[in-house]
Amino acid sequence: MKEWKNHQRNEDKEVEILDFNGKGSGNRKMKKRQITQQNTKKKKQKSRNKEFAIVTYAFLALFIGMTGYFAYFVQVKSSDFVNNPYNARLERLEQYAIRGRILAADGTVLAETQLDEAGNETRYYPYGNVFAHAVGYASNGMAGVELDANYHLLTSNTFIVNRLANQVIDKKNPGDDVVTTLDVSLQNACYNAMGAYDGAVICMEPSTGKILAMVSKPDYDPNYIASNWNSYVSEDSDSTVLLNRATQGLYAPGSTFKMITLLSYLQQKGDEGYQFDCNGSYEYDDYEMHCYNGRAHGQQNLLEAFGNSCNSAFSQIGLELDLASYNKLCDKLLFNRKLPTKLKTTAKSRMDLPQDSSSALVMQTAIGQGKTMVSPLHMAMIAGAIANDGKLMEPYIIDHSQNDAGTTVKQFVKESFGQLLSVEDAKALQEYMRYVVTNGTASPLNSTLYEAYGKTGTAEFSSDKNKDHSWFVGFAKNTDGKEIAIAVVMEGVDSGNSYAVPASKMILDSYFGVE
Amino acid sequence: MVHIIVSASRFSMIMLIAIYTYYCFAALKSNISRERQMRLYRKQTVVIYELLLNGNLVLFLVLEDLRVLGLMVCEMVLFAITLIIYKKIYENASKSLVNNMCMLLTISFIILTRLDMEKAVKQFLFATVAVVITCFIPILVAKLKVWNKLRFVYGVVGIAGLLFVLVAASTTYGAKLSISIGPVVLQPSEFIKIIFIFFSACMLQEVRDFSHIVKTTVIAALHVLILVASKDLGGALIYLITYLVMLYVATRKPIYMFLGVASGALASVVAYFLFGHVRDRVIAWKDPLSVIDDQGYQISQSLFAIGSGGWFGSGLGLGMPEKIPVVTTDFVFAAISEEMGAFFAICIIFICISCFLMFFNIAMQVKDYFYKLIALGIGTLYGTQTFLALGGVTKFIPSTGVTLPLVSYGGSSLLSTIILFAIIQGLYVLQVDEGEFDEGMEESSEKRRQRG
Repeated sequence: MKEWKNHQRNEDKEVEILDFNGKGSGNRKMKKRQITQQNTKKKKQKSRNKEFAIVTYAFLALFIGMTGYFAYFVQVKSSDFVNNPYNARLERLEQYAIRGRILAADGTVLAETQLDEAGNETRYYPYGNVFAHAVGYASNGMAGVELDANYHLLTSNTFIVNRLANQVIDKKNPGDDVVTTLDVSLQNACYNAMGAYDGAVICMEPSTGKILAMVSKPDYDPNYIASNWNSYVSEDSDSTVLLNRATQGLYAPGSTFKMITLLSYLQQKGDEGYQFDCNGSYEYDDYEMHCYNGRAHGQQNLLEAFGNSCNSAFSQIGLELDLASYNKLCDKLLFNRKLPTKLKTTAKSRMDLPQDSSSALVMQTAIGQGKTMVSPLHMAMIAGAIANDGKLMEPYIIDHSQNDAGTTVKQFVKESFGQLLSVEDAKALQEYMRYVVTNGTASPLNSTLYEAYGKTGTAEFSSDKNKDHSWFVGFAKNTDGKEIAIAVVMEGVDSGNSYAVPASKMILDSYFGVE
Repeated sequence: MVHIIVSASRFSMIMLIAIYTYYCFAALKSNISRERQMRLYRKQTVVIYELLLNGNLVLFLVLEDLRVLGLMVCEMVLFAITLIIYKKIYENASKSLVNNMCMLLTISFIILTRLDMEKAVKQFLFATVAVVITCFIPILVAKLKVWNKLRFVYGVVGIAGLLFVLVAASTTYGAKLSISIGPVVLQPSEFIKIIFIFFSACMLQEVRDFSHIVKTTVIAALHVLILVASKDLGGALIYLITYLVMLYVATRKPIYMFLGVASGALASVVAYFLFGHVRDRVIAWKDPLSVIDDQGYQISQSLFAIGSGGWFGSGLGLGMPEKIPVVTTDFVFAAISEEMGAFFAICIIFICISCFLMFFNIAMQVKDYFYKLIALGIGTLYGTQTFLALGGVTKFIPSTGVTLPLVSYGGSSLLSTIILFAIIQGLYVLQVDEGEFDEGMEESSEKRRQRG
């Protein structure tokens, strides 16, 4: 700017010189008059030029701001933005690059493209079904990491000389490898823990948001996705094989929702002096709520009612809540909105309890039935935030991309969503969730190797009273600072037994290193 | 092999425009001698030819079309003639502005040849016509002394012209802009904006009292409102900001600026809730991917292009800019960024900034008050339009559907911009020659001001 002003002064001078030249050498008086006239003019002009300078600076600020934003977009934002199915350029990338590999956090290959002698490309998935929903597929459309990292997998950042050389001989460049946050042994443990049941498991690291394992069943073998495609999508099949239940499945939360009912009650009334005498059921307005298996829990304080998952107590608690605040809490806990995560395909959880709801609906909602629906990912996020003293880290599954020599190209870093709930609320819930493990319905998880916290749940999902969904949502940590948040849901299990708790135990035992 | 040449040319073309841009600002240095400045401007001219050559050779290899070379030769001749015209007719013309004009035209020719050969040829013809017309402008500016007395004419022609567009224009992309007369499609508001600047300068050269300001502002506001009714949001904004800046400088009262900006902001909020098409633009700006099927499609495609191209671009002919709707006009910047790279695109922004600075530089030096306001109006108009065009494409601000002066395809836009450049050159010449030029006019305007 300064330079520019000086330049202007320079040109002013030039004008003066030309002025004098124009008049030639003549009358001295004339010259003098001209000079004074010019001086007064100059003064006026100078003050007017103040406005000019202000306008100039204002425009310059706008232009510089815009250039900065543009550069920021190109450098930082663009690689996420362009990775979109609407971007037709991605298809063209396949002509120039061989799709890169997908690796686990420790470098284990989860997907790679193999070339036969004729140069035909085949996508190979060494773990088959185990990583099906996490890694996804890349033919007949895309899913999972294959979808989320499509742009990186098809972009080559191999050494520039190689790239040029390949261009000369018209050979494809190796696309970048994508390193995920997935843990192979934990994924195996989760897969085995599900046994023959449908459902989903998702594990993440509370302090970072890294997704460590993600299983959804039923599943498919991505090596045969093309040949089996028609059977998956044919109209007469009601198969939901391709649906990733961990991120897109919506389930009634059952008693795991009592975490939220409890939190709302703590916020509104506190835990002082709560007492409830449970005789196995609770009736209000002609609606009767039964405890699980009709069991009478007897005299319960709030901690015990939560630990024993007492439906009678919690339906009564629901009736005491101010519904507006209850709804507001749910909205704050990410119900009814898109989850803050880099994962591209997620489902919105639902919770809506209008002011004029019937008592029956309020009682059902309080214990996690009613119209409320949640995704396992969402529950794992809530558990992770509680473990992390209220601060939610946004879940992500792609750690970084690297070129074929292993040099990092694009590093994804943990991103904080902020406080999902206050530190005090998180600490209070930790205490209650710990009690569930030490004295309540999740006592099989009471281990000497790790400290587990959580809430069990059994959700009715149809008129068949003998089949339930079994839930466990919680987290665990050991003295070395190793932490994990987990959500497990198993579909259609026989009533009367908790399936999710032993499954969770298998997973946690594996993670914390029990043989 | 072609692939390699295209790839390598990305870097050579970025080098060329970077050198050019460096010269732009190096010539503005305080301690630079006149000779060195001239030397830099001559070097700039050489770079323009090199870029034109480089770009067209690549396009020839990619498109394998001999017309590319033919057109290139025509363009080179046109530039040579332009440079001669400015040297002869506008003896002391600002070399910086002439060069910038040719540079922006070069970029326009290259990208239009890449996108649509026919449009490139047409754009070339428009430019030729415009350059011929500009021969007469400095004479008109310098010799005719009635320009500051025609405010009634300017006002009536401006309002009537815009009303005519509102009634008779066909709707393109939701806005009423163009009038078809036989084979010619005109966008009158591109020309009326020049008349509008003259009108505002006439009115504001003598700020008599408050009622005069009110009267002027009402008529200016009428222009803006008619444009809003035509759904030409970008046009309305350009007129509004140009007027406000002129009013502010003429009155030296920031309060008018604040009032103007405040009422503009209020009007935007009202428009947001009143008009669906305004809401659409804001929604598309806030999160284009969430409405990619609909309002966000265009801006998403623009950002895909910019993002996929990256810093160095895909190389000419290797991107997919044709996926962006109206890529040759409003979104031409995205196409350039995709194929020629974000570095190249940023250099364009800086060349535009350099033009803007030259406009204001000239405006500050012009001593005749009427012409000073004209120069100010032109500078502001150019700055505003460039900012709206670039900001909309890069999602810095909501898209307002404005062309990028000299680069976007379009006869009306190109012609009116070249006329604006010529007027500024005329004023510059007037200024530099002032010693031998009419002093009477200077005095009369001085007197008029005293009366007020």
